Amino acid sequence: MIVGVLGLQGDFREHVWALQKLHAETILVKTVEDLKRVKGLIIPGGESTTIGRLARLTGIADELKKRVSEGMPVYGTCAGMILLAKRIANYPQQYSFQMMDITVERNAYGRQVESFEVELNIPAIGDKFKAIFIRAPKIVDCGENVEVLAKHGDTPVLVRQENLLASSFHPELGDDLRIHEYFLRMVGVKYARVY
Amino acid sequence: MLMEKGTWTIKTGFADMFKGGVIMDVTTAEQAKVAEEAGAVAVMALERVPADIRKAGGVARMASISKIKEIMQAVSIPVMAKVRIGHIAEARILEALGVDFIDESEVLTPADDKFHINKHEFKVPFVCGARDLGEALRRIAEGAAMIRTKGEAGTGNVVEAVKHMRRVMDDIRKVTTMLDEQLVAYAKEIGAPVELVREVKRLGRLPVVNFAAGGVATPADAALMMMLGADGVFVGSGIFKSKDPAKMAKSIVMAVTYWNDPEMLLKVSEDIGEPMPGLEVEELEVRMQERGW
Repeated sequence: MIVGVLGLQGDFREHVWALQKLHAETILVKTVEDLKRVKGLIIPGGESTTIGRLARLTGIADELKKRVSEGMPVYGTCAGMILLAKRIANYPQQYSFQMMDITVERNAYGRQVESFEVELNIPAIGDKFKAIFIRAPKIVDCGENVEVLAKHGDTPVLVRQENLLASSFHPELGDDLRIHEYFLRMVGVKYARVY
Repeated sequence: MLMEKGTWTIKTGFADMFKGGVIMDVTTAEQAKVAEEAGAVAVMALERVPADIRKAGGVARMASISKIKEIMQAVSIPVMAKVRIGHIAEARILEALGVDFIDESEVLTPADDKFHINKHEFKVPFVCGARDLGEALRRIAEGAAMIRTKGEAGTGNVVEAVKHMRRVMDDIRKVTTMLDEQLVAYAKEIGAPVELVREVKRLGRLPVVNFAAGGVATPADAALMMMLGADGVFVGSGIFKSKDPAKMAKSIVMAVTYWNDPEMLLKVSEDIGEPMPGLEVEELEVRMQERGW
Protein backbone atom coordinates (compact mmCIF):
# COMPACT_ATOMS: atom_id res chain seq x y z
CA MET A 1 0.00 0.00 0.00
CA ILE A 2 1.64 3.19 -1.23
CA VAL A 3 1.14 6.64 0.27
CA GLY A 4 1.97 9.41 -2.20
CA VAL A 5 3.35 12.89 -1.72
CA LEU A 6 2.30 15.44 -4.33
CA GLY A 7 5.63 16.35 -5.94
CA LEU A 8 4.75 19.31 -8.15
CA GLN A 9 6.43 21.95 -5.99
CA GLY A 10 7.24 22.63 -2.34
CA ASP A 11 8.77 20.69 0.54
CA PHE A 12 7.66 17.27 -0.71
CA ARG A 13 11.09 15.79 0.10
CA GLU A 14 10.58 16.39 3.84
CA HIS A 15 7.22 14.58 3.74
CA VAL A 16 8.78 11.65 1.88
CA TRP A 17 11.48 11.42 4.57
CA ALA A 18 8.88 11.51 7.34
CA LEU A 19 6.92 8.68 5.71
CA GLN A 20 10.09 6.67 5.10
CA LYS A 21 11.06 7.00 8.76
CA LEU A 22 7.70 5.40 9.54
CA HIS A 23 8.48 2.58 7.10
CA ALA A 24 5.63 3.53 4.82
CA GLU A 25 6.06 2.81 1.14
CA THR A 26 5.96 6.16 -0.63
CA ILE A 27 6.28 7.73 -4.08
CA LEU A 28 6.23 11.26 -5.45
CA VAL A 29 3.04 11.98 -7.37
CA LYS A 30 3.68 14.10 -10.47
CA THR A 31 1.22 12.60 -12.94
CA VAL A 32 -2.31 11.14 -13.02
CA GLU A 33 -0.73 7.69 -13.43
CA ASP A 34 1.28 8.17 -10.21
CA LEU A 35 -1.88 9.24 -8.40
CA LYS A 36 -3.68 6.06 -9.48
CA ARG A 37 -1.06 3.98 -7.65
CA VAL A 38 -1.51 5.53 -4.20
CA LYS A 39 -3.99 4.87 -1.39
CA GLY A 40 -3.41 8.15 0.41
CA LEU A 41 -1.86 11.49 -0.52
CA ILE A 42 -0.03 14.30 1.25
CA ILE A 43 -0.15 17.75 -0.32
CA PRO A 44 2.99 19.54 0.94
CA GLY A 45 3.80 23.11 1.83
CA GLY A 46 4.93 25.39 -0.98
CA GLU A 47 3.15 28.00 -3.04
CA SER A 48 -0.54 27.20 -3.33
CA THR A 49 -0.88 29.21 -6.55
CA THR A 50 1.96 27.25 -8.18
CA ILE A 51 0.84 23.80 -7.01
CA GLY A 52 -2.80 24.54 -7.91
CA ARG A 53 -1.87 25.67 -11.39
CA LEU A 54 0.28 22.60 -12.09
CA ALA A 55 -2.33 20.21 -10.65
CA ARG A 56 -4.99 21.67 -12.91
CA LEU A 57 -2.78 21.62 -16.03
CA THR A 58 -1.77 17.99 -15.55
CA GLY A 59 -5.24 16.62 -14.81
CA ILE A 60 -4.14 15.64 -11.29
CA ALA A 61 -6.79 17.95 -9.82
CA ASP A 62 -9.71 16.13 -11.48
CA GLU A 63 -8.36 12.69 -10.64
CA LEU A 64 -7.77 13.77 -7.04
CA LYS A 65 -11.34 15.01 -6.64
CA LYS A 66 -12.61 11.67 -7.93
CA ARG A 67 -10.38 9.70 -5.56
CA VAL A 68 -11.34 11.83 -2.57
CA SER A 69 -15.03 11.36 -3.31
CA GLU A 70 -14.33 7.60 -3.27
CA GLY A 71 -12.84 8.01 0.21
CA MET A 72 -9.07 8.28 -0.32
CA PRO A 73 -7.44 10.00 2.68
CA VAL A 74 -5.60 13.25 1.91
CA TYR A 75 -3.52 15.41 4.25
CA GLY A 76 -2.69 19.01 3.31
CA THR A 77 -0.05 21.09 5.12
CA CYS A 78 -0.07 24.89 4.76
CA ALA A 79 -0.32 25.37 0.97
CA GLY A 80 -1.89 21.91 0.91
CA MET A 81 -4.57 23.11 3.33
CA ILE A 82 -5.31 26.14 1.13
CA LEU A 83 -5.77 23.80 -1.83
CA LEU A 84 -8.17 21.55 0.12
CA ALA A 85 -10.29 24.49 1.34
CA LYS A 86 -13.67 25.26 -0.18
CA ARG A 87 -13.21 29.00 0.31
CA ILE A 88 -10.22 31.38 0.32
CA ALA A 89 -11.48 34.51 2.05
CA ASN A 90 -8.97 37.08 0.81
CA TYR A 91 -8.39 35.58 -2.66
CA PRO A 92 -11.85 34.29 -3.70
CA GLN A 93 -10.75 33.93 -7.34
CA GLN A 94 -7.79 31.70 -6.52
CA TYR A 95 -8.07 28.11 -7.68
CA SER A 96 -8.44 25.36 -5.07
CA PHE A 97 -9.72 21.78 -5.11
CA GLN A 98 -12.67 22.90 -2.92
CA MET A 99 -13.05 19.67 -1.00
CA MET A 100 -12.98 20.61 2.67
CA ASP A 101 -15.68 22.70 4.33
CA ILE A 102 -13.34 25.37 5.69
CA THR A 103 -12.67 29.02 4.87
CA VAL A 104 -9.01 30.02 4.96
CA GLU A 105 -7.28 33.35 4.79
CA ARG A 106 -3.89 33.30 3.08
CA ASN A 107 -0.86 34.89 4.79
CA ALA A 108 -3.21 35.90 7.60
CA TYR A 109 -0.50 35.81 10.27
CA GLY A 110 1.54 38.34 8.27
CA ARG A 111 4.59 38.24 6.05
CA GLN A 112 7.67 36.09 6.64
CA VAL A 113 9.07 38.11 9.58
CA GLU A 114 5.87 37.20 11.47
CA SER A 115 6.31 33.44 10.90
CA PHE A 116 6.63 31.56 14.21
CA GLU A 117 7.12 28.34 16.17
CA VAL A 118 4.84 27.46 19.06
CA GLU A 119 3.88 24.48 21.19
CA LEU A 120 0.35 23.18 20.65
CA ASN A 121 -1.87 20.88 22.66
CA ILE A 122 -3.14 18.10 20.40
CA PRO A 123 -5.11 15.53 22.43
CA ALA A 124 -5.69 13.33 19.35
CA ILE A 125 -1.98 12.46 19.13
CA GLY A 126 -1.01 12.64 22.81
CA ASP A 127 0.50 15.71 24.44
CA LYS A 128 2.43 18.74 23.25
CA PHE A 129 3.53 19.26 19.68
CA LYS A 130 6.01 21.86 18.37
CA ALA A 131 4.33 23.49 15.41
CA ILE A 132 6.06 25.56 12.74
CA PHE A 133 3.96 28.24 11.03
CA ILE A 134 5.45 29.82 7.88
CA ARG A 135 3.48 32.56 6.13
CA ALA A 136 0.65 30.36 7.31
CA PRO A 137 -2.98 30.37 6.22
CA LYS A 138 -5.54 30.90 8.97
CA ILE A 139 -8.77 28.91 9.24
CA VAL A 140 -11.41 31.59 9.72
CA ASP A 141 -14.47 29.36 9.45
CA CYS A 142 -15.27 25.64 9.71
CA GLY A 143 -18.37 23.72 8.62
CA GLU A 144 -20.33 21.61 11.16
CA ASN A 145 -18.83 18.34 9.94
CA VAL A 146 -15.27 19.59 10.46
CA GLU A 147 -13.61 18.30 13.63
CA VAL A 148 -11.09 20.68 15.24
CA LEU A 149 -8.10 18.63 16.49
CA ALA A 150 -5.93 21.55 17.62
CA LYS A 151 -6.18 25.27 18.18
CA HIS A 152 -3.69 28.09 18.56
CA GLY A 153 -5.46 30.62 20.73
CA ASP A 154 -9.01 30.55 19.39
CA THR A 155 -7.99 29.61 15.86
CA PRO A 156 -8.25 26.02 14.59
CA VAL A 157 -4.91 24.91 13.15
CA LEU A 158 -5.39 21.13 12.68
CA VAL A 159 -8.74 19.95 11.35
CA ARG A 160 -10.33 16.80 10.01
CA GLN A 161 -13.37 16.18 7.87
CA GLU A 162 -13.87 12.45 7.36
CA ASN A 163 -11.01 11.38 5.03
CA LEU A 164 -9.46 14.85 4.83
CA LEU A 165 -6.86 16.21 7.25
CA ALA A 166 -5.35 19.70 7.13
CA SER A 167 -2.90 21.77 9.17
CA SER A 168 -1.82 25.42 8.97
CA PHE A 169 1.62 24.35 10.20
CA HIS A 170 4.43 22.06 8.98
CA PRO A 171 5.01 18.84 10.96
CA GLU A 172 7.37 17.69 8.18
CA LEU A 173 9.92 20.34 9.21
CA GLY A 174 10.36 18.88 12.71
CA ASP A 175 11.38 15.46 14.03
CA ASP A 176 8.04 14.67 15.65
CA LEU A 177 6.26 12.17 13.40
CA ARG A 178 3.01 11.79 15.34
CA ILE A 179 0.84 13.68 12.88
CA HIS A 180 2.20 11.62 9.99
CA GLU A 181 1.45 8.53 12.07
CA TYR A 182 -2.07 9.80 12.63
CA PHE A 183 -2.48 10.24 8.88
CA LEU A 184 -1.10 6.77 8.17
CA ARG A 185 -3.69 5.39 10.59
CA MET A 186 -6.36 7.23 8.57
CA VAL A 187 -5.08 5.50 5.44
CA GLY A 188 -4.62 2.21 7.29
CA VAL A 189 -8.07 2.21 8.87
CA LYS A 190 -9.71 2.53 5.51
CA TYR A 191 -7.57 -0.21 3.97
CA ALA A 192 -7.36 -2.26 7.17
CA ARG A 193 -3.60 -2.06 7.49
CA VAL A 194 -1.78 -1.46 10.73
CA TYR A 195 1.45 0.58 10.82
CA MET B 1 6.81 27.57 25.02
CA LEU B 2 6.25 31.12 23.87
CA MET B 3 5.81 32.09 20.26
CA GLU B 4 9.25 32.36 18.65
CA LYS B 5 9.90 34.30 15.45
CA GLY B 6 12.87 34.54 13.10
CA THR B 7 14.44 31.25 14.29
CA TRP B 8 16.82 29.24 12.13
CA THR B 9 14.08 26.62 11.63
CA ILE B 10 11.63 29.28 10.46
CA LYS B 11 14.17 30.80 8.07
CA THR B 12 15.43 27.57 6.49
CA GLY B 13 11.92 26.08 6.56
CA PHE B 14 10.64 28.99 4.52
CA ALA B 15 13.37 28.37 1.94
CA ASP B 16 12.24 24.71 1.84
CA MET B 17 8.86 25.90 0.57
CA PHE B 18 10.48 27.29 -2.61
CA LYS B 19 11.87 23.92 -3.66
CA GLY B 20 10.98 22.66 -7.09
CA GLY B 21 9.99 26.21 -7.98
CA VAL B 22 11.05 29.22 -10.00
CA ILE B 23 11.82 32.65 -8.53
CA MET B 24 11.49 35.38 -11.14
CA ASP B 25 13.04 38.86 -11.38
CA VAL B 26 10.40 41.54 -11.93
CA THR B 27 10.60 45.31 -12.24
CA THR B 28 6.91 46.33 -12.26
CA ALA B 29 3.61 45.28 -10.67
CA GLU B 30 2.42 44.05 -14.08
CA GLN B 31 5.46 41.80 -14.48
CA ALA B 32 4.94 40.51 -10.94
CA LYS B 33 1.38 39.52 -11.85
CA VAL B 34 2.56 37.77 -15.01
CA ALA B 35 5.08 35.84 -12.88
CA GLU B 36 2.48 34.85 -10.27
CA GLU B 37 0.00 33.83 -12.95
CA ALA B 38 2.68 31.67 -14.60
CA GLY B 39 3.34 29.80 -11.34
CA ALA B 40 6.39 31.54 -9.86
CA VAL B 41 6.96 30.62 -6.18
CA ALA B 42 8.28 34.11 -5.43
CA VAL B 43 9.37 37.26 -7.22
CA MET B 44 12.53 39.32 -6.86
CA ALA B 45 11.62 43.02 -6.89
CA LEU B 46 14.20 45.00 -8.86
CA GLU B 47 14.71 48.44 -10.34
CA ARG B 48 16.32 46.84 -13.40
CA VAL B 49 16.94 43.23 -14.46
CA PRO B 50 20.63 42.20 -14.42
CA ALA B 51 20.96 42.52 -18.23
CA ASP B 52 20.03 46.20 -17.91
CA ILE B 53 22.19 46.73 -14.82
CA ARG B 54 25.08 45.40 -16.89
CA LYS B 55 24.21 47.75 -19.75
CA ALA B 56 23.69 50.82 -17.53
CA GLY B 57 26.95 50.44 -15.60
CA GLY B 58 27.62 52.76 -12.62
CA VAL B 59 26.70 51.88 -9.04
CA ALA B 60 23.75 49.49 -8.69
CA ARG B 61 21.91 49.88 -5.34
CA MET B 62 18.87 48.49 -3.54
CA ALA B 63 15.66 49.13 -5.52
CA SER B 64 13.54 52.14 -4.62
CA ILE B 65 11.10 51.55 -1.76
CA SER B 66 8.11 52.65 -3.85
CA LYS B 67 9.04 50.06 -6.49
CA ILE B 68 9.26 47.24 -3.94
CA LYS B 69 6.02 48.33 -2.25
CA GLU B 70 4.21 48.42 -5.57
CA ILE B 71 5.30 44.84 -6.24
CA MET B 72 4.46 43.65 -2.70
CA GLN B 73 0.95 45.01 -3.11
CA ALA B 74 0.48 43.43 -6.53
CA VAL B 75 0.98 39.75 -5.64
CA SER B 76 0.13 37.20 -2.94
CA ILE B 77 3.34 35.18 -3.36
CA PRO B 78 6.52 36.04 -1.38
CA VAL B 79 8.54 39.06 -2.48
CA MET B 80 12.34 39.13 -2.30
CA ALA B 81 14.61 42.13 -2.82
CA LYS B 82 18.35 42.63 -3.22
CA VAL B 83 20.80 44.55 -1.06
CA ARG B 84 24.43 45.32 -1.77
CA ILE B 85 26.98 42.95 -0.23
CA GLY B 86 27.74 44.17 3.29
CA HIS B 87 25.09 46.92 3.28
CA ILE B 88 23.60 46.42 6.75
CA ALA B 89 21.44 49.55 6.51
CA GLU B 90 19.79 48.59 3.21
CA ALA B 91 19.00 45.22 4.80
CA ARG B 92 17.49 46.83 7.92
CA ILE B 93 15.33 49.02 5.67
CA LEU B 94 14.05 46.05 3.68
CA GLU B 95 13.37 44.10 6.88
CA ALA B 96 11.35 47.04 8.23
CA LEU B 97 9.47 47.19 4.94
CA GLY B 98 8.53 43.52 5.40
CA VAL B 99 10.06 41.88 2.33
CA ASP B 100 9.95 38.11 2.78
CA PHE B 101 13.55 37.32 1.81
CA ILE B 102 16.67 39.43 1.23
CA ASP B 103 19.22 38.59 -1.46
CA GLU B 104 22.65 39.90 -0.48
CA SER B 105 23.68 40.02 -4.08
CA GLU B 106 26.77 40.39 -6.22
CA VAL B 107 24.49 41.69 -8.99
CA LEU B 108 24.49 45.02 -7.13
CA THR B 109 27.71 46.96 -6.51
CA PRO B 110 29.27 45.77 -3.21
CA ALA B 111 29.15 48.23 -0.29
CA ASP B 112 31.83 46.45 1.73
CA ASP B 113 34.94 44.98 0.12
CA LYS B 114 35.74 42.72 3.08
CA PHE B 115 32.66 41.64 4.98
CA HIS B 116 29.21 40.33 4.28
CA ILE B 117 26.26 41.14 6.55
CA ASN B 118 25.96 39.20 9.83
CA LYS B 119 22.62 37.74 8.84
CA HIS B 120 22.00 35.98 12.16
CA GLU B 121 21.00 39.33 13.62
CA PHE B 122 17.97 39.60 11.37
CA LYS B 123 14.50 38.07 11.59
CA VAL B 124 14.12 38.14 7.83
CA PRO B 125 15.91 35.28 6.02
CA PHE B 126 18.73 35.86 3.52
CA VAL B 127 19.90 34.15 0.34
CA CYS B 128 23.49 34.56 -0.89
CA GLY B 129 25.47 33.50 -3.94
CA ALA B 130 28.32 30.97 -3.96
CA ARG B 131 30.69 29.41 -6.47
CA ASP B 132 31.99 26.52 -4.39
CA LEU B 133 31.39 24.75 -1.10
CA GLY B 134 33.71 27.01 0.89
CA GLU B 135 31.92 30.16 -0.22
CA ALA B 136 28.50 28.56 0.42
CA LEU B 137 29.48 27.51 3.96
CA ARG B 138 30.97 30.92 4.76
CA ARG B 139 27.64 32.50 3.80
CA ILE B 140 25.71 29.94 5.86
CA ALA B 141 28.06 30.63 8.80
CA GLU B 142 27.09 34.31 8.50
CA GLY B 143 23.43 33.29 8.65
CA ALA B 144 22.30 32.77 5.04
CA ALA B 145 19.23 30.48 5.14
CA MET B 146 19.43 29.73 1.44
CA ILE B 147 22.18 29.54 -1.18
CA ARG B 148 22.08 30.16 -4.89
CA THR B 149 25.03 29.11 -6.93
CA LYS B 150 26.32 32.11 -8.84
CA GLY B 151 26.12 32.16 -12.58
CA GLU B 152 27.00 35.22 -14.57
CA ALA B 153 23.84 37.31 -14.22
CA GLY B 154 22.31 39.12 -17.18
CA THR B 155 24.15 37.16 -19.86
CA GLY B 156 21.59 34.54 -20.88
CA ASN B 157 24.59 32.21 -20.87
CA VAL B 158 24.20 29.22 -18.56
CA VAL B 159 27.84 28.08 -18.61
CA GLU B 160 28.88 29.77 -15.36
CA ALA B 161 25.82 28.52 -13.47
CA VAL B 162 26.67 25.00 -14.63
CA LYS B 163 30.31 25.39 -13.65
CA HIS B 164 29.46 26.50 -10.12
CA MET B 165 26.67 23.99 -9.52
CA ARG B 166 29.01 21.19 -10.61
CA ARG B 167 31.74 22.61 -8.38
CA VAL B 168 29.50 22.74 -5.29
CA MET B 169 28.15 19.24 -5.93
CA ASP B 170 31.65 17.84 -6.53
CA ASP B 171 32.88 19.42 -3.29
CA ILE B 172 29.96 17.86 -1.41
CA ARG B 173 30.64 14.43 -2.92
CA LYS B 174 34.27 14.78 -1.89
CA VAL B 175 33.32 15.59 1.72
CA THR B 176 30.94 12.65 1.98
CA THR B 177 33.77 10.22 1.15
CA MET B 178 36.35 11.82 3.48
CA LEU B 179 37.43 10.30 6.76
CA ASP B 180 36.51 12.36 9.83
CA GLU B 181 40.17 13.15 10.49
CA GLN B 182 40.45 14.78 7.06
CA LEU B 183 37.64 17.24 7.68
CA VAL B 184 39.58 19.82 9.71
CA ALA B 185 42.31 20.15 7.09
CA TYR B 186 39.68 20.33 4.35
CA ALA B 187 37.75 23.00 6.25
CA LYS B 188 40.95 25.02 6.46
CA GLU B 189 41.64 24.52 2.76
CA ILE B 190 38.23 25.78 1.65
CA GLY B 191 37.95 28.45 4.36
CA ALA B 192 34.80 27.11 5.97
CA PRO B 193 33.86 26.32 9.60
CA VAL B 194 34.54 22.66 10.37
CA GLU B 195 31.15 22.24 12.10
CA LEU B 196 29.43 23.01 8.80
CA VAL B 197 31.77 20.73 6.86
CA ARG B 198 30.85 17.93 9.30
CA GLU B 199 27.19 18.68 8.77
CA VAL B 200 27.61 18.46 5.00
CA LYS B 201 29.23 15.05 5.45
CA ARG B 202 26.39 13.88 7.69
CA LEU B 203 23.63 15.13 5.38
CA GLY B 204 25.29 14.50 2.03
CA ARG B 205 24.11 17.94 0.90
CA LEU B 206 24.18 21.58 1.94
CA PRO B 207 22.38 22.25 5.23
CA VAL B 208 20.14 24.77 3.43
CA VAL B 209 18.23 24.90 0.14
CA ASN B 210 20.42 25.46 -2.92
CA PHE B 211 18.99 27.14 -6.04
CA ALA B 212 20.68 27.78 -9.37
CA ALA B 213 20.96 31.31 -10.71
CA GLY B 214 22.54 33.45 -13.38
CA GLY B 215 22.20 32.92 -17.11
CA VAL B 216 19.12 30.66 -17.22
CA ALA B 217 17.30 31.64 -20.44
CA THR B 218 15.22 28.65 -21.59
CA PRO B 219 13.16 25.77 -20.12
CA ALA B 220 16.02 23.47 -21.14
CA ASP B 221 18.52 25.60 -19.17
CA ALA B 222 16.27 25.38 -16.11
CA ALA B 223 15.89 21.60 -16.46
CA LEU B 224 19.67 21.26 -16.87
CA MET B 225 20.24 23.01 -13.54
CA MET B 226 17.75 20.66 -11.85
CA MET B 227 19.53 17.65 -13.39
CA LEU B 228 22.79 18.90 -11.87
CA GLY B 229 21.21 18.97 -8.42
CA ALA B 230 19.61 22.40 -7.94
CA ASP B 231 16.61 22.53 -5.61
CA GLY B 232 15.01 25.18 -7.82
CA VAL B 233 15.91 28.02 -10.15
CA PHE B 234 16.15 31.81 -10.14
CA VAL B 235 15.44 33.39 -13.51
CA GLY B 236 16.55 36.98 -13.88
CA SER B 237 16.59 38.59 -17.30
CA GLY B 238 15.60 35.33 -19.00
CA ILE B 239 11.86 35.89 -18.73
CA PHE B 240 11.18 39.56 -19.27
CA LYS B 241 13.94 39.94 -21.89
CA SER B 242 12.38 37.17 -24.00
CA LYS B 243 9.88 37.80 -26.78
CA ASP B 244 6.89 36.26 -24.99
CA PRO B 245 7.49 36.52 -21.22
CA ALA B 246 4.20 34.90 -20.08
CA LYS B 247 4.78 31.84 -22.23
CA MET B 248 8.46 31.61 -21.32
CA ALA B 249 7.61 31.90 -17.61
CA LYS B 250 5.02 29.12 -17.76
CA SER B 251 7.33 26.84 -19.71
CA ILE B 252 10.22 27.33 -17.29
CA VAL B 253 7.92 26.53 -14.35
CA MET B 254 6.87 23.28 -16.03
CA ALA B 255 10.49 22.44 -16.90
CA VAL B 256 11.55 22.76 -13.25
CA THR B 257 8.78 20.41 -12.06
CA TYR B 258 9.24 17.89 -14.90
CA TRP B 259 13.03 18.15 -15.31
CA ASN B 260 13.34 14.35 -15.39
CA ASP B 261 10.56 13.79 -17.94
CA PRO B 262 11.96 14.33 -21.49
CA GLU B 263 8.53 14.09 -23.15
CA MET B 264 7.24 16.91 -20.98
CA LEU B 265 10.39 18.96 -21.58
CA LEU B 266 9.86 18.58 -25.30
CA LYS B 267 6.27 19.72 -24.96
CA VAL B 268 7.10 22.84 -22.96
CA SER B 269 10.06 23.73 -25.18
CA GLU B 270 7.88 24.09 -28.29
CA ASP B 271 6.56 27.52 -29.26
CA ILE B 272 8.29 29.45 -26.50
CA GLY B 273 9.31 32.23 -28.86
CA GLU B 274 12.68 33.93 -28.98
CA PRO B 275 14.73 33.67 -25.73
CA MET B 276 16.80 36.62 -24.53
CA PRO B 277 19.95 37.36 -26.53
CA GLY B 278 23.05 35.83 -24.93
CA LEU B 279 26.52 37.19 -24.15
CA GLU B 280 29.88 35.42 -24.31
CA VAL B 281 31.28 35.38 -20.76
CA GLU B 282 34.90 35.66 -21.94
CA GLU B 283 34.14 39.04 -23.49
CA LEU B 284 32.51 40.67 -20.44
CA GLU B 285 33.99 43.76 -18.88
CA VAL B 286 32.37 43.14 -15.49
CA ARG B 287 32.20 39.67 -13.97
CA MET B 288 29.64 39.98 -11.21
CA GLN B 289 30.34 36.48 -9.88
CA GLU B 290 33.75 37.63 -8.63
CA ARG B 291 32.13 39.97 -6.12
CA GLY B 292 31.82 38.44 -2.65
CA TRP B 293 34.53 36.95 -0.44
